[in-house]
Amino acid sequence: MATQQPNSGNPRVDIEYRRKKSAEEMKHQVITFALMIFLTIVAFVAAGYEGFSGWFIVPFILILALVQVIFQLYYFMHMSHKGHEAPAMFLYSGAFVGFITIIAFLTVIWW
Amino acid sequence: MAAEQKMTYETWPASPEKQTLEAKNKFLGFWFFLGGETVLFASLFATYLALKDKVPSSDMALAKDLFEIPLAFIMTMLLLTSSLTSVYAMYHMKNFNFKKMQLWLGITVLLGLGFLGLEIYEFNHYVHEFHHSFTSSAFGSAFYTLVGFHGAHVAFGLLWITTLMIRNSKRGLSLYNAPKFYVASLYWHFIDVVWVFIFTVVYLMGMVG
Repeated sequence: MATQQPNSGNPRVDIEYRRKKSAEEMKHQVITFALMIFLTIVAFVAAGYEGFSGWFIVPFILILALVQVIFQLYYFMHMSHKGHEAPAMFLYSGAFVGFITIIAFLTVIWW
Repeated sequence: MAAEQKMTYETWPASPEKQTLEAKNKFLGFWFFLGGETVLFASLFATYLALKDKVPSSDMALAKDLFEIPLAFIMTMLLLTSSLTSVYAMYHMKNFNFKKMQLWLGITVLLGLGFLGLEIYEFNHYVHEFHHSFTSSAFGSAFYTLVGFHGAHVAFGLLWITTLMIRNSKRGLSLYNAPKFYVASLYWHFIDVVWVFIFTVVYLMGMVG
């Protein structure tokens, strides 16, 4: 376990280093948050705007949602950190099964 | 590192949520659970998409009559912001700052309560103004099952976080409870992930037609 600690021999220096790193990460997360707010506003404006047809808006807002979810998973839920191989496998397996389910339900009412 | 060991600012490790075996199991098990939740919500989304606007008579309200942009927007902002505040809480957890962690978790809970209050108002509004209820149509059943299930997740998340805050209020942070806070915050983010698809697929796509 001790190997996960940065080890300069001086605990004070290690703490300073870690604090700086997590402050840096926090800054990235605030930027991520700002981007997510921006994507949300774009999606709402696109849906509320009369000039676009549904054939454009629907795929467009779905892509925005997907991007926002990736931000959430990788930054807010730390999937970008090391040691998230198993979580990624679980989540993508779930998403894959979920995707097939949605396709199945949608096609079954189309034909 | 033993879970019950008394920690200080100096001895607090870089990844306090994954130090003990119990913590590692919790982390893995929780992500497995989230994979299952993904399938669960996907099947509810599939049902909703298949039954959207399927009403027995033409004078009943459809998605485009029901949903309004301002309410969905405020709810989205509340939940999205609560996601950031729980990130703040975990930032302070990693810095061994128990008081600030509790403060930000408290703000997260308040934002979640705001969201839940608006959702209750919204459902009440649909039932009384539009006679759009759980039993009024297949559309109603699918809508309330999907959105209500998400609302139930929010309610459960609020109870979970509040319980953790109260249970540990006098204990401070340890390697025993740090993973509990971490996992609860993952759950909270996942609720937001689901909501992103709900506001897109149900509300925005509903208004488009």
